[in-house]
Amino acid sequence: MPTKIEKDQATGVDTTGHEWDGVRELNNPLPRWWLYVFYATVVFSIGYMVIFPSVPYGDGYLKGTADYSARVEVEESLAEAKAAQGDILARVAESDLETIRGDQNLLAFSIAGGGAAFAENCAACHGTGATGGPGYPNLQDDDWLWGGDLNAIQTTIRHGIRWEQNEDTRYSEMPPFGDGILDRAQIVATTQYVLSLANLDHDAAMATAGQTVYAEQCAACHKADGAGDPTLGAPALNDAVWLYAGNADEIATQIARPRHGVMPAWDNRLSPVTIKMLTVYVHELGGGQ
Amino acid sequence: MKATHAEMGAAPQYDETVVRYFTVATALWGVVAFLVGVVIALQLAFPVLNFDLPWLSFGRLRPLHTSAAIFAFGGCALFATSLHVVQRTCRVPLYGGREVAMFLFWGYQLFIVMAAVGYVTGVTQGKEYAEPEWYVDLWLTLVWVVYLIVFLGTIMRRQEPHIYVANWFYLAFIVTVALLHVVNNLSVPVSFFGAKSYSAFAGVQDALTQWWYGHNAVGFFLTAGFLGMMYYIIPKQANRPVYSYRLSIVHFWSLIFLYIWAGPHHLHYTALPEWAQTLGMVFSVMLWMPSWGGMINGIMTLSGAWEKLRTDPVLRFMVTAVAFYGMSTFEGPLMSVRAVNSLSHYTDWTIGHVHSGALGWVALISFGAVYYLVPVLWHRERLYSLRLVAWHYWIATIGIILYITSMWVSGILQGLMWRSYDELGFLQYSFVETVDAMHPFYVIRAIGGIFFLLGALIMLYNLCRTIRGDLRSETPVERLQPAPAAAE
Repeated sequence: MPTKIEKDQATGVDTTGHEWDGVRELNNPLPRWWLYVFYATVVFSIGYMVIFPSVPYGDGYLKGTADYSARVEVEESLAEAKAAQGDILARVAESDLETIRGDQNLLAFSIAGGGAAFAENCAACHGTGATGGPGYPNLQDDDWLWGGDLNAIQTTIRHGIRWEQNEDTRYSEMPPFGDGILDRAQIVATTQYVLSLANLDHDAAMATAGQTVYAEQCAACHKADGAGDPTLGAPALNDAVWLYAGNADEIATQIARPRHGVMPAWDNRLSPVTIKMLTVYVHELGGGQ
Repeated sequence: MKATHAEMGAAPQYDETVVRYFTVATALWGVVAFLVGVVIALQLAFPVLNFDLPWLSFGRLRPLHTSAAIFAFGGCALFATSLHVVQRTCRVPLYGGREVAMFLFWGYQLFIVMAAVGYVTGVTQGKEYAEPEWYVDLWLTLVWVVYLIVFLGTIMRRQEPHIYVANWFYLAFIVTVALLHVVNNLSVPVSFFGAKSYSAFAGVQDALTQWWYGHNAVGFFLTAGFLGMMYYIIPKQANRPVYSYRLSIVHFWSLIFLYIWAGPHHLHYTALPEWAQTLGMVFSVMLWMPSWGGMINGIMTLSGAWEKLRTDPVLRFMVTAVAFYGMSTFEGPLMSVRAVNSLSHYTDWTIGHVHSGALGWVALISFGAVYYLVPVLWHRERLYSLRLVAWHYWIATIGIILYITSMWVSGILQGLMWRSYDELGFLQYSFVETVDAMHPFYVIRAIGGIFFLLGALIMLYNLCRTIRGDLRSETPVERLQPAPAAAE
């Protein structure tokens, strides 16, 4: 196309004289405000580069006048957060569990800190309200598999349950009675007896038959009255609290092919003071002994 | 191919077939991309929709969605418009002829299908927006080099004394994407017949290369390429000259020069050295006005013809796209500022920002381009129905607004919850509580996505009827809408 500068009718501005497929261009100047804001961003950027770490050279870089470092900033704000907690964290760290429980300030602090740690680390299995679910113990009640006093709770948190990487983990296993130890009729009868221990609906005749099996096979760990044994992690069977469910199907399944829950050891994952606060928090949820 | 219009006297025999193919592919892939987007938005709101099937899980569908949106929908729109524009503005048919052009179409479709099959079957190199494995990368490289040769060859044989601004942007897009693609995908396959490969980069070098790629995929694929599209379709549709030639030169070169440095702003507060983070940030801040140069040139091209916004819903798509472009290119530099980033990073705000660009800018300008191209390519008097275009416009715009406002609220809420401490110095919220708080916004976002998908289905129907040669007998748009209702 030959160059032919025209005046645009609508705006009165000249075109550049080029045309492509009917498209022409006006020869408007750069908008002033656009240019000045562009310059302003350049000036801002140069200023920012003077203040903050910027240009690299050799094996170093210009540190900037503010001597800024994000790593140092994190360390400082963590130190600040620690300082804001005052000496109370240190006092929790050096006090034993009973002392913490007896001191209103330490107790309130530990419940807050333990609650935060619980929400991040424990709620995934035990639930945000610590009420558990099938296979995951409810921590709000007073029924404890491995003991519910402060020391027992702390031991469970530190070493876990059936957590093989930890030497001191709590460990017990119920035999699979369906693997040739008991026959089907015996398992059904024992189930009825366990239901009777918990005062649930059951078949009285079968429960009587099951009582003998129970005495021979179960009472050593779960005790004759079904009270269980926290030193062995044997659940109480004579109350309304069930790890899976208090019905014939679930109980029979557990006798025949028992499921064994696993809890990780937190010893190397949480600091001792966090475990302490967590212990107090769980204890104070309502069921602590 | 039919004979072209006689409007230019002895007009060259343009290759319209490949443009038609890519235009249809744009509309179809768009619907696929939006559909998968709706699915994964619903999966985030209701995780049960993962159905415990690996090939339907969020982790595999998410790259399917992003690649379908960027490379299948966006890519086909860029191919369609660039091959159309370069012929028309150079007044020569495509260099290489029709066979090479069809290789571009089928070669690119094969790339899309190979990538998609990899995603759902779990074959991925785990780099965001560059997930396809080495064999797909090699194939795309071949297709892309042919694209460059066709485009450049056409420009070199042009019958016009000057190269039109749209072609500068398209060429910058093609050249830079080639460079980005090759460098970021340098990897060593484990075996000749296995899909698995390992990146040539490790650690923070890998992260920096990845975000140099990722950010410039936004800068050159989704910005420069679509600016090229904008520089042709807005003046054509508005029938007005481009506002400022000088502005187009200055903002082109400043955009091209500055964009390529801005990638490190994706790596604030990471192992990346702080001096590199600073440079990424300041180049992003300086990028604000060069980006806005395109917006000014797009919107001001309408000066003297503002009333067309009221009467032409296709032009409304284009201008709204440019407005969203202006909004997200302001938001981007803002979010690159270190202090803002400490709140926004890793939150849904980023997702909202990306979608104000992807839905608001890329998709709306592509809809405008497809609505412009289809009557031209199939030699129809006009679209089947302009009223349906107006419906599409409003439904899509409501969808975008639902999407980005819910993600702003969700993202800022999320960022604030993550950093809030109680008076004793303990974290106030656990992670799962912050996830729970997002739920209502995820539902709103999914509804926004459904709106957007519905709009695209209306477009698909309208285009099919146009291609068939139907004309809906309807009241023209200007008589339907009183002036104030259509104000932009």
